[in-house]
Amino acid sequence: MRQFLAIATTLVVAAGSLLTASPSHAQSKSEIVIGLQCDRTGPTQIVGTVLCPGFHDYIALVNSKGGVEGHKIKALEIDHEYKVPPAVESYERHKKEGAVTMAVYGTPHIYALAAKLTEDRIPGTSPGFGSAAAADGIRYPYIFPIAATYWSQGAAAVDFVKKQLGGNLKGKKIAFIFYDNPAGREPIEVLEDLAAKEGFQLKTFAVPPPGVEMGAQVLDIAQRFRADFVIGHLFGGAPQVSIKEFKRVGYPLKKFVSFVWGAGEANIEGAGGFQVAEGYYVMQFAGVGSDYPVLNEIREMYKKQGKEPPKEMASTVFYNRGVLIAALHVEAIRNALKAKPDGKITGEDAKKGFEKISGFTLGGLVPPLKVTPTDHEGGGLVQIWQVHDGKFVKVTDWFAAYQDVVAKHIKESGTKK
Amino acid sequence: MIQRECGVLKTTYEADMGLYPLPIAKWTVSVLAVVFFLVIPLTLHEYYLSVASLVWIAVIGALGLNILVGYTGQVSIGHGAFMSVGAYTAANLANRLGSPWPVNLIAGGLMAALIGAIVGIPSLRIKGLYLAIATLAGQLIIEWTINHVTFISGGVQASIEVARPRLGPIVLSSQRQMYYFLLVFVVLAIVGTLNLMRTRVGRAFIAIRDQDIAAEIIGINIFRYKLLAFAISSFYAGVTGVLYTYFLGIANYEQFQIGVSIDYLAMIIIGGLGSVLGSIFGAIFVTLLPIVIRYVMEAFGGVFFSQQTVLNLIPNLRLMMFGALIIFFLIVEPEGLNRLWRNIRSYFRVWPFAY
Repeated sequence: MRQFLAIATTLVVAAGSLLTASPSHAQSKSEIVIGLQCDRTGPTQIVGTVLCPGFHDYIALVNSKGGVEGHKIKALEIDHEYKVPPAVESYERHKKEGAVTMAVYGTPHIYALAAKLTEDRIPGTSPGFGSAAAADGIRYPYIFPIAATYWSQGAAAVDFVKKQLGGNLKGKKIAFIFYDNPAGREPIEVLEDLAAKEGFQLKTFAVPPPGVEMGAQVLDIAQRFRADFVIGHLFGGAPQVSIKEFKRVGYPLKKFVSFVWGAGEANIEGAGGFQVAEGYYVMQFAGVGSDYPVLNEIREMYKKQGKEPPKEMASTVFYNRGVLIAALHVEAIRNALKAKPDGKITGEDAKKGFEKISGFTLGGLVPPLKVTPTDHEGGGLVQIWQVHDGKFVKVTDWFAAYQDVVAKHIKESGTKK
Repeated sequence: MIQRECGVLKTTYEADMGLYPLPIAKWTVSVLAVVFFLVIPLTLHEYYLSVASLVWIAVIGALGLNILVGYTGQVSIGHGAFMSVGAYTAANLANRLGSPWPVNLIAGGLMAALIGAIVGIPSLRIKGLYLAIATLAGQLIIEWTINHVTFISGGVQASIEVARPRLGPIVLSSQRQMYYFLLVFVVLAIVGTLNLMRTRVGRAFIAIRDQDIAAEIIGINIFRYKLLAFAISSFYAGVTGVLYTYFLGIANYEQFQIGVSIDYLAMIIIGGLGSVLGSIFGAIFVTLLPIVIRYVMEAFGGVFFSQQTVLNLIPNLRLMMFGALIIFFLIVEPEGLNRLWRNIRSYFRVWPFAY
């Protein structure tokens, strides 16, 4: 028995080492590596399990069309369970594998890696989360939000509410319900500024982690404060609970707008389906729905391989965000390769590549970003969609609002300390 | 630490008090020192050193927690919070006063010791699960305070950037430099704990763990020693927090939430309560096992599944295997990896003669 076990283990180990050693078959041009961090098992897994397949599918699509300027792209995924030490480990692993860009996932993780990214000169992206101050490309040269930060989302939300309430916010009451952690509190300072500017009354309602107990706050918003509009900023499982709770106290969901992480199909389904959430407004930093040319190409690619398109594609919000993040990384690499045709690009080249992204829309799935060396956010554009008749319906096109106020906060945070 | 032989054949007090009573133990330790100070850092890629650095940080924290839980018998689910106290103390001192890192390190440790002793006050009245809940309250209160008091947290983002530690003209920023930086403190922590347990204080801790009423009767001031245990243990935790802050370059309270406290408890339970070597084993096990499982899955997963399925499977299977292995090791040896190691060692000491 023991001998058998020993032989079996030796064989398995040998087979494994052969498998890992094999992929060095002949390639005309070198592979370019992207480091991808995911959360498929942690508290925000409803995002990760859909977003990461989207990322990989786009990379596979690019490779099936011959890669970028002849170079194949390799996306190395490591799951960090939304914990910081595994994120540090995976960052170092990606660096060892020669990654030129890093798709970081999670606010604590981009904070923890900020110093390393800058020291190692590798650009890291934090789309739709992370420090809003990182939009300042001078202060954080290697961090790229490349999507609306929480400050821009707050400004856009107020602008949207203003239009919904007839163009004037004077004397109106707006409630802000948020997940009580640094990422959740981040937009408050912008909202407070806008409250003073527009003359509305802002009241904030904190939902303590893990964000499943908010009955009291919702009741307070609906019946004591009697808010004219609610802005929600919740993560993970909390948005589902908020929809249910607002429904329970009879508050109309068409007076609720959610930030980007409460905006997916999974959130709506978790709350009981699209019928229940009728009227719920959501903010998006990537296009919603399956009607984009790039998604058709991905389906084509699967058909050619004789496979069904993955089921994750049905959850369009988070899937499309995965495609968007991958596309922006690829675009940055494309720009870098154009500037350096020998193909030996480094993190620094990729950084410059990100800073050249402009007018890249992927058929409407990506907002018309303009990333510059000073503005790593690219304009802070969002769309508002609404749950209507069992699906998301577009309400506004790409827009950004109160950019002067957001810019002021970015500048102030740069001079602080 | 590694080798012990039976028989008391000492003729002087110095020999009796030696940390390593046998020459072979001294040899083992010197070999280990050469391996960890020269061979590993000079031959391995920086990636492996960064993993080692994460292990070193965990080792110091686990040692500290073991002083409290393993040696003194007081449960704490608040160690993550004590680490954050150290981290924020150091980060604030570094940014507001510009003080050098040794000052911040000690101040962070002392502040954590103070807060830890305060959180430990209920231990005078309650034990076991009840004390666990009291320290859990401490964890939540500290988390809330750091999260909401901007004087401590430096703004709503609750994260303070800290400059890299300097050693004279050298700025310690590469993973190799960090490895050495942390290794020094690991050695200090191990030697400190080994010696602490040989002193009057350490013996008092063990007496309290084994039977607190008996300890009181033989003249141990329970009040003082229980709080001292909390303070020393939290000092280690605070130092861990400061080192972690310098390792990452930022203090952020989300790195020290309740899950971290549980992880550290898991380390010392898997490694072995009340043993220095057990803390080290536990820290290595909990930090490295997920990484090792991932490598194994990456190598073999492709044999059975398609690439996309593998990507989805790796993290989930890793969690399952992690849990399963913890249960496996605890069933094989409920007293932890340290006991397992000792069993293996005593088997081979008389090998091939079983009796």
